[in-house]
Amino acid sequence: MIVALKKITGKAPIKIWHKENDIPNLDLIVIPGGFSFGDYLRCGALAARSPVINVIKNHISRGGTVLGVCNGFQILIEAKILPGSLMRNKKLLFTCKETTLEVQSCIKNPFLSSFKIGECLKIPVAHNEGNYFAPNDLLKELKEEGRIALKYSKQKDNEKNYNPNGSTEDIAGILSNNGRVLGMMPHPERAINYLHGGTDGLKLIKNCVEQIIG
Amino acid sequence: MKVIVNVSLKEGVLDPEGQAIRSSLNNLGFEHCSDVKTGKQIILNFNQNSEAEVLTQAKRMCEELLVNTVIENYEISILKD
Repeated sequence: MIVALKKITGKAPIKIWHKENDIPNLDLIVIPGGFSFGDYLRCGALAARSPVINVIKNHISRGGTVLGVCNGFQILIEAKILPGSLMRNKKLLFTCKETTLEVQSCIKNPFLSSFKIGECLKIPVAHNEGNYFAPNDLLKELKEEGRIALKYSKQKDNEKNYNPNGSTEDIAGILSNNGRVLGMMPHPERAINYLHGGTDGLKLIKNCVEQIIG
Repeated sequence: MKVIVNVSLKEGVLDPEGQAIRSSLNNLGFEHCSDVKTGKQIILNFNQNSEAEVLTQAKRMCEELLVNTVIENYEISILKD
């Protein structure tokens, strides 16, 4: 993720330790993937109670932008910054593969503004607990508010296993109610170089940076 | 004082681990096992003696960290020696 952000901005992003409770005003906070606290208790549960989370919540309440990827998405969910739950993959397998994501019709946000609705992005996933679950009332709310940003999409009518984790309605990423926070399971930073097999992830992160700092 | 917290998935939430275990049990010949649910147990040690206070604290721990109340239920009990 640092490589991706450096590639786009030409500057190295600031790394923030999880015990930090005072940070400068930032344009964008990215919570990257990984296995914080060894995934103990529940993925992201312990990191979501780290002191830095209050700082992130303050940044969001000031209208700040946050991107959470994979474990970062799990942390945002556990911190109750985004709603719902990320459960064990339906087939009980750690899944590491390229997925096709379809951009949904959703509220104004800095992440996908340069993409057309229905446009497909090739971005890989690598996770064990990415099965997004929302109870029916929450799902209805997310749809009505246009907060479902990305869905796993099939490329052929008869394609199976296009959804890598069995998530509710193929959801891959959701937005906060002001559109400034995106949580997504796929890793855009793993699709930033043609050697990765594509650069759609770079487009997503680049759009986000450009929307925020111009 | 020891407190046991049992955490289980809510009714209607998919439990793929339970399904995989059930399938293996069926293969082993336990064909009457029709469903398996998994969960986890957390044992808390308190250096306090007031049951009421301990239960209140355990409940707060569940709500604030130990349980994902979107998908999980919990039961708290005091372990008698």
